[in-house]
Amino acid sequence: MKKLSSNELAQRVLRCDRYAGARLISLLEDGNEDARHTLKLLYPHTGKSMIVGITGSTGTGKSTLIDHLIHRFRKSGKKVGVVLVDPSSPFSGGAFLGDRLRIQRHTCDDGVFIRSMASRGHLGGLVRTTAETIRIMEAMGAEAILLETVGTGQDEVEVIQAVQTCILVISPNMGDEIQALKAGLMEIGHIYVINKSDLEGSTQALREIEAVLSMKDHTDDAWKPKVVSTVASEGKGIEELVSAINEHHAYMNQSERIEGIRFQRAEYELGLVFKNELERLVLQELKRKGKKKKFIREICDGQTDPYTVVDEVLKNFLKKETPE
Amino acid sequence: MKTERKIKVIITKVGLDGHDRGAKVIAMLLKEAGMEVVYLGMYQMPEFIIQAAIDEDADVIGVSYLSGEHLTFTEKIVEEMKKKGLEDVLFIAGGVIPPEDIPILKEMGVDEVFVAGTLTQPIVEYIKDHARK
Repeated sequence: MKKLSSNELAQRVLRCDRYAGARLISLLEDGNEDARHTLKLLYPHTGKSMIVGITGSTGTGKSTLIDHLIHRFRKSGKKVGVVLVDPSSPFSGGAFLGDRLRIQRHTCDDGVFIRSMASRGHLGGLVRTTAETIRIMEAMGAEAILLETVGTGQDEVEVIQAVQTCILVISPNMGDEIQALKAGLMEIGHIYVINKSDLEGSTQALREIEAVLSMKDHTDDAWKPKVVSTVASEGKGIEELVSAINEHHAYMNQSERIEGIRFQRAEYELGLVFKNELERLVLQELKRKGKKKKFIREICDGQTDPYTVVDEVLKNFLKKETPE
Repeated sequence: MKTERKIKVIITKVGLDGHDRGAKVIAMLLKEAGMEVVYLGMYQMPEFIIQAAIDEDADVIGVSYLSGEHLTFTEKIVEEMKKKGLEDVLFIAGGVIPPEDIPILKEMGVDEVFVAGTLTQPIVEYIKDHARK
């Protein structure tokens, strides 16, 4: 594809041109400046899709569940976007993205757009590009968007803020998983899926999760998380899962609540963009003046510390940037 | 935010060829060389591979052949790439390929062929030098 202007690229994305959408995502991943302008043009055309996040440890069957969910959404006539996040290697910076392997039924379906993404190393980068990729898929007309992340790190838990419905997938043969859930992950799920429920221990896992959930303080009005048992490899329990998703979607779409979600998403995105842009601008300025290395060396030599450097740099930077 | 262009590679098997060890090894090697590898696995058809390459905005498609179907499938993949306008995507083939077939594959449109036994460095270097910038 030849290089396009921001306007042309935005127009093509809005016409659901997959080449344009795919290229725009790459540009954002690479931190391209022009891509931000394209996003500005697309933003007004987004915000109406159903966004479902699926998280959980590796090997619990998230991708296989997604394959079924795509199938169901397509049957109900929805166009579907899928974002699959896998970790980057902290050593080489490369990544092995293997989620597509289990999601192949719909590769050649015009109504399905699937994109794998590496988490990459940069601060807030994963969450930001993921949130932006969801916006791009919305602009391309996807009515349902599925986001798969590896649910082990802080970044991935944070990603959940970009979705409306969060599904946490566990499998019964992971004893530690339940412990981890008790330790805090239990707050993020709207729906809990016990996949591979044909394995030994699934009834116990179900009881434990229900027990933990029942301990939560529920007001009458609050969403009561659903627990669904599935065997994704055989397509069992998918119907129940889809009903649970639809039920949560309907719950979230009640007027005051949807406003709250819109507010939360916008607040979250604003924070992300601020954080990234400030960091980029400041570091770029430091680099241009050749000061970044100098500061790092001074910190290493014990002459100063990161806090003092940031205080000083920001004070000067903000003085210069503020119009007053 | 760090700005860095990563090379994105699709590694796949095609047709009924069930030998995926080599493809996995190559995928891991390219990952270790800093590339982002989308691994599609076995039993892919040319249209699947090309659609994945479009959605992933891949710079390189690498197909591993170990059961003698390289001529048949390469022709179809190249045809599909042309049809879908992926002329700037690098196409490499690897695996068990008789020496006399290599010129035929190149004539069809394969950019480079790496037969079983190739050292890893030349593969990585070739991709880094030839993938679209």
